[in-house]
Amino acid sequence: MIRKLVLALDDRLGAAPFLRHALQKAFPDHWSFMLGEVAAYCFIFILLSGTYLTFFFHPSVQQVVYHGAGVPSLDGRVVSDAYASVLDLSFQTQAGLLIRQAHHWCANLFAAAVVVHMARIFFTGAFRKPREINWLIGLTLLLLVMADGFTGYSLPDDALSGAGLRIAYSIALGIPFLGDWIAYLVFGNSFPSPQFEGRLYAMHILFIPLALAGLITLHVMILWHQKHTQFPGPGKREDNVRGSPLWPTYAVRSTALMLATFGILLFLGGVVEINPIWHYGPYDPWTVASPAQPDWYVGWLDGSLRLGPRWAIYFGHHAISTLFWPGIALPLTFFALLYAWPWIERRLQPDDRYHQLLQFPWQNPLRTSFGVAALSFAGILLLAGSDDIQARLLSVPVQSLAWVYRVALWTLPWVFAALAWRICVELQARHAYADEHPERFVLVRSAEGGYEEGPRLSTE
Amino acid sequence: MRPRVAFAAAVAAASLLFACGVERAAAQSAQDRPGSVMSPQPASPPREPAPKSGPTRADKIKLGGELYATHCISCHGPDLRGSADGPSLIAAGTAAADFMLSTGRMPIEVPYTEEQPGPPSFPADQIQALVLFLGSHGAGSGPAIPVLSPSHDLTRGRVVFEENCQACHGATGNGAVAGFGWIAPPLPIATDEQVAEAVRFGPGIMPRFDAHAIPQRDLDALVAYVHALRTPADPGGWSIEAAGPVGEGLIAFAIGLGTTLLVMRLVGEGTREEGRSELS
Repeated sequence: MIRKLVLALDDRLGAAPFLRHALQKAFPDHWSFMLGEVAAYCFIFILLSGTYLTFFFHPSVQQVVYHGAGVPSLDGRVVSDAYASVLDLSFQTQAGLLIRQAHHWCANLFAAAVVVHMARIFFTGAFRKPREINWLIGLTLLLLVMADGFTGYSLPDDALSGAGLRIAYSIALGIPFLGDWIAYLVFGNSFPSPQFEGRLYAMHILFIPLALAGLITLHVMILWHQKHTQFPGPGKREDNVRGSPLWPTYAVRSTALMLATFGILLFLGGVVEINPIWHYGPYDPWTVASPAQPDWYVGWLDGSLRLGPRWAIYFGHHAISTLFWPGIALPLTFFALLYAWPWIERRLQPDDRYHQLLQFPWQNPLRTSFGVAALSFAGILLLAGSDDIQARLLSVPVQSLAWVYRVALWTLPWVFAALAWRICVELQARHAYADEHPERFVLVRSAEGGYEEGPRLSTE
Repeated sequence: MRPRVAFAAAVAAASLLFACGVERAAAQSAQDRPGSVMSPQPASPPREPAPKSGPTRADKIKLGGELYATHCISCHGPDLRGSADGPSLIAAGTAAADFMLSTGRMPIEVPYTEEQPGPPSFPADQIQALVLFLGSHGAGSGPAIPVLSPSHDLTRGRVVFEENCQACHGATGNGAVAGFGWIAPPLPIATDEQVAEAVRFGPGIMPRFDAHAIPQRDLDALVAYVHALRTPADPGGWSIEAAGPVGEGLIAFAIGLGTTLLVMRLVGEGTREEGRSELS
């Protein structure tokens, strides 16, 4: 019967030649090629779980009196409809809390998978010609994931994310010369704006997911057209791709990974609490709590704000605010460098060839050093974002720790880059030596059980 | 080392680091919980003169004076007016005296350092005697030990807490840094009386909230809410020791990404040559 169905489909669509070709497509046998798939499966999971949440969430800041059973200390409190509906979907909806928590865990894992995937792409030189376009799309996807995460955790109108939105509003105000107008345009009012909840919701469930879906499709289509890169190895050349065929081998493996990803997310959603908004309370603009951090993928921006200098520059009635440097200039420069890296690298190491074979990180000290510096820079910012928590654990004044991070931010990336460079050069020398003297790396066991190095050395 | 081994090692090391961090946070938090390291202080004794069978008020003040002369006088001076080593206690209030003694912050070893909470140095009856002595010798005109009435208005208590307390003590009352080396301590280790006393006189850099700022009924509600914070409801599962998004990020990497990477390692390598497909 299946055969009949397939034949009927082929009769009408003429799909058989394409399918035959597609099902035999080679997928390289290296686990790191699955990082991007985890991100894709996170996207599927987040769409499905998010759709369920939209059934119960009310994107409105209309004030209601909360009388739910979940939180005794909020009984009779006037809260926003958005906040009350998240409490209700957590406490009174079948599987509501499980799905909401899994959805939030998925956002955290999604961003993590994208970052690690991009690190693999970067350090192996997979972005080189002809794949620069997919590097640009990938970076844009990372920004979209961050934006979707930020809009998502701001939706419940709780005190923690409300403080985050207030910071975002202030950063928008800090855009030089145009800040007032841009902030008003985006928020529709001065903060806290009653219109903004609806706009956040439209961005979170419609515009950004649509942009993500479109770009992911483009990303995969380009990948399909350009084929995978592969690590150098026996039988692997610049003009072929060796690996497992899509059907049956790779499809089964990938399905297993998908199910595992879903399983991990549901497990976390079921047993580890995330974003307990009943602890944070409803958002009142005049309250704030400490410690207060955003989700991890925004944490590096929080860290940047914590370390930023107090430089305010005035031009008549206009000001370049103190938020401009850490909140706008730094992240823009950082991402501009990442976007431009394929061309920076080609300028520094002229190379116009097509590349299908990957490089190991040690084969390109320049790229590896830059990557290590960029990752450690962002990592230090991320750590600085929780400096108050660390200060308490370490029993040191938080101001001292902030100064440690200020110094570390502008010195350690250079140190790590230099170390990475040195390690790459040493590894290059070792590999070169191994190529020249393969016998030194051959051990021969004698009949008595002793070991000796390769034959040429033993005859010397 | 092959690159993928290096990659796996790096991931393992990172996970280990995260695990250590979480464990440390957990240990710290466990210390902050009542009944683990520091038990809640015994309830303060009644403030009225004791029943006729026990020592009289005058006896207690006399005992308090002896204790003062032994343990306090070297810093706070013979007339409570302080010295180079300690501040004056005139008009300090009995709330401050009872709080400082019953939370173990006083007596202090090194003058003018941040007082650390701990087990009290004196039994409850001696603390009561000292407080009576101080109150009758010039310290009595400051904030007095509040008299609490039971309250069930958790909703009001929460509003008072959110507006006045959580900026330093945190939404869950587990404490946080308050700048320049000061710590806003975790609240679950304090008794209801100590919470109320601290509100009224403001220990350390904490502001003083008098009856205009927080009326008595609000204080009763606040104390009830802080008491309820000792047993937080976490219907979502493990609370990651109330570590917030920082703990969540660590878990997302250590468990979420860590497990995913393990699965990838398991299913990602199909090394059998015969199954290979090749495209040019």
